[in-house]
Amino acid sequence: MRLSLALGATLTSLFVGAALLSFIWTPYGITGVNIAARLHSPDMSNLLGTDHFGRDLLSMIMVGARTSIAVALIAVGLGMGLGVPLGLTAAARAGGWLDEIVMRGNDLIFAFPSLVIAILITAVFGPGAVNAIIAIGIFNIPVFARLTRGGALSLWQRDFILAARVAGKSAARISVEHILPNLANLLIVQGTIQFSLGILAEAGLSYVGLGAQPPIPSWGRMLADAQTMVAIAPHVAVIPGMAIVLMVLGLNLLGDGLRDALDPRLRGRKP
Amino acid sequence: MLRYALSRLTSLAISLAVASVVIFLVVEVAPGDPASYMLGINAQPDTLAALRSELGLDVPKITRYFNWVTGMLAGDFGMSYTYRTPVSQMISDRLWVSLPLALYALGLAVLIAFPAGVLAAARRGKTSDISVMAATQLGIALPNFWFAMLLVLFFAINLRWFSAGGFPGWSYFPSAIKALTLPAVALALPQAAILTRVLRSALLDTLHEDYIRTARAKGLTRRQTLWRHALRNALIPVLTIIGLQFSFLLAGAIIIEQVFYLPGLGRLVFQSISQRDLIVVESVVMLLVFAVILVNFLVDLAYAAVDPRLRSRA
Repeated sequence: MRLSLALGATLTSLFVGAALLSFIWTPYGITGVNIAARLHSPDMSNLLGTDHFGRDLLSMIMVGARTSIAVALIAVGLGMGLGVPLGLTAAARAGGWLDEIVMRGNDLIFAFPSLVIAILITAVFGPGAVNAIIAIGIFNIPVFARLTRGGALSLWQRDFILAARVAGKSAARISVEHILPNLANLLIVQGTIQFSLGILAEAGLSYVGLGAQPPIPSWGRMLADAQTMVAIAPHVAVIPGMAIVLMVLGLNLLGDGLRDALDPRLRGRKP
Repeated sequence: MLRYALSRLTSLAISLAVASVVIFLVVEVAPGDPASYMLGINAQPDTLAALRSELGLDVPKITRYFNWVTGMLAGDFGMSYTYRTPVSQMISDRLWVSLPLALYALGLAVLIAFPAGVLAAARRGKTSDISVMAATQLGIALPNFWFAMLLVLFFAINLRWFSAGGFPGWSYFPSAIKALTLPAVALALPQAAILTRVLRSALLDTLHEDYIRTARAKGLTRRQTLWRHALRNALIPVLTIIGLQFSFLLAGAIIIEQVFYLPGLGRLVFQSISQRDLIVVESVVMLLVFAVILVNFLVDLAYAAVDPRLRSRA
């Protein structure tokens, strides 16, 4: 569906753009405290209102987008960086001991409730953005390893791979030069989905105080701060949540749209 | 069937053993000594040593691991460092909040997802299908703790139908259920969205099968085919997802408990983390992992019950 691709790309680039813009410009500073202007509802001077310290919510959302995107993106990178080579190796030596270890290890990680282990990791090693990245990233490894292995296994049966083997290419070279490019679409689509899950996970971790630490703004942290004020200033709780929903929705739509656009077999088929 | 069950049982035991080693190692490398944390910075070395030996912290790590595991097998989770009460008792008090909450949410999710998924599949491409799918997109993007805050804002603060948090205990039965209702709805809705999508696509897959055409050809109506033949066969992927969702719900309950100030396992974990009560953290996490692995095992067995084809395969 073209609509979901367009809508997803718009929403995603809106947030990425806001995050990038926040490096050079935000409407207001995010560390200044202005008690006189606290908990203002949205108006012309503060488009999204202010929080309990009188900080501009639009500026906070922009800088918060930076935190969310950075944590989720690096976590996906970590999962892909380790998961894809593991999956490729496992498929190249299908049935071997390495394959067995990779697949059993994957089963094990899948058996853990991911958020519980994320909480355990950040709790034991201390809260902070880096530990949040590791905690989210670990659960991305088996996702990409499994996906890559599955895709690669079926590719290994194809004639063009046989041709490459006959030409004398090593398994490693075939994996990198022929298998990987053919899996790129699959990985991009899954990457988008994991990215959106990462945004949700980061929000959850920082909501319980285990993500990025103050004064670095993060959407989950903003929601945690807003919780006690929800009765007197609902906008403080509504706006950061809307940001999370729109960002995740945008990424999911982008993922759906990319899958349809990149896979010619799905084109013209009804959803 | 027996061979199938035995092979699943073996993998259950291996998963549990590996999980216990991983959890023990992660918690063991944690910086900070519980004994010195409890006694403060002015503790005398001999008091510290005495407490360490009382807590069993002075024996080699490998012995401690085996003490911990064998204790758990006997239902003894050790003593809390902070409260000096048995961990098993602390956990069982809290479990009776978290477990009912997760099950309540799972029940709600299934109740919402089944009609929605069947409706969407039966009216594929029509307005009702498109609206159900749009709603699920929104549901998947919804962080459950934020949704929980909105529920509080609307139903507790504005309408005053429910209280904003807290738990009266099971001796006040109707109010206990009422206190768990908003948290369960908050947990259930995003999961219901996922389940609806899975059910819809599983149904659409089975609707292409030959036996569906046969059923239609022998004169069954579309509705009869859908309920009698397609739904039964679509249950396998749906069961997998329900099993997986149970772990999300237990973990999600930990965060939702923070929103509603519910005295469940989540609050126990966070409290224990800040007090470096590692034995409680270890035991709660192990219990949650055990629950998830057990549920997945039961799902595997349920497959065999639903799908006779799996019974012969080991």
